[in-house]
Amino acid sequence: MRDLILFTTIVAAGTGGELCVSRAMKNVGEALSFHPAEIIRVVLRALRQPWMWVGVGMMALAFFALLGALSTYNVSFVVPVTALSYVAGALGGLVFLHERVTFWRWIGVLLVAIGVTLVFLGKS
Amino acid sequence: MRRLRFYTMKNVTTEHIEKEVKASGSTKSVGWKTFLMILVMIVMGPLGNVLLGKGMKQIGAVPIWPLSELLHEGVKVFTSASIWLGISSLIAFFIAYMLVLSWADYSFVQPASSLAYGVVALLGYTMLGEKVSPLRWMGIAIICLGVFVVSRTGLRTAQQETEG
Repeated sequence: MRDLILFTTIVAAGTGGELCVSRAMKNVGEALSFHPAEIIRVVLRALRQPWMWVGVGMMALAFFALLGALSTYNVSFVVPVTALSYVAGALGGLVFLHERVTFWRWIGVLLVAIGVTLVFLGKS
Repeated sequence: MRRLRFYTMKNVTTEHIEKEVKASGSTKSVGWKTFLMILVMIVMGPLGNVLLGKGMKQIGAVPIWPLSELLHEGVKVFTSASIWLGISSLIAFFIAYMLVLSWADYSFVQPASSLAYGVVALLGYTMLGEKVSPLRWMGIAIICLGVFVVSRTGLRTAQQETEG
C-alpha cells in the first residue's frame, strides 16, 4: 500500500507538474539567448505564471514521494518504474496541451515503454 | 507557425532583442541549443537521482503515515550532504528542462530525455555498485532506439501541422 501510494504520486504528480510547467513556459515564450539578463528575464516571467506555481507544487510532491521510494528501493528499480509517466505524458500532451503526436512519435514512445518494461522485468 | 512568429518579432521588437536574436545565430541555433540542454538534462538528472538514492539509503525507510511520524523522520532528509548535492544536480537539470521546454514540445523533450535511463543504470552500477542484469541492459538499448525514432520526427510538432 505504501509503495502503491508512493509510485502513483511520483508518476501522477510528476507528469501533471511537468505539463503545468510546460504550459506556463509556452506562455512565457522562447528564450532568445543565453545572456544572463535574458535568462533572468525569462525566469522572472515564468514566476508570474500561475501554472508555474501549480506545476512546481506538484513536482515538489512527486520529489518527496521519490525520496520515500528511494529509502527502500534501488535507484535502478525506482527510476524505470517512474517511466510509466511516458504513457501519461504522451496522453497529457495530446489532451491538455493540444500537441500533435505523430505516428512515428507514438512508435518511439512505444519502443521506450517496451524498453522500460524490460528494464523493470530484468530485476537481478 | 512558430517560425512566422519568430520573424515577426525580429521586425517589430526593439533593437536590443534584434541584437540578441543575431547573437544567438537565429533559428539555426535551435538545434545545438536543444541538444546542449538535453545533454545537461541527461547528465544532471540521473546524477541527482543517484545522489538522492545514496542519501536515502543512509537514512533508511521513511514511514508515510501517520503524518507526525512522516514529519519527524522527513526532517532527517535535509541533514544529508548527498541529498543536498542531489538537489543541486536536479536544480541544474530543471533549469535546462525549463529552457528547452520554452522552444521545443513536451512530447519531444520527454522521450529525448529518456536517455537518462541509461545514465541512471550506468551511474547506479559504477557509483552505488547496483547490479544491472543483461535483460535490463537490453531494455536500455531499446529505450535508446525509441529515442532515435522520436528524434527523427523533427524539433517542433507545430511545424508538422503544415506538412499535414
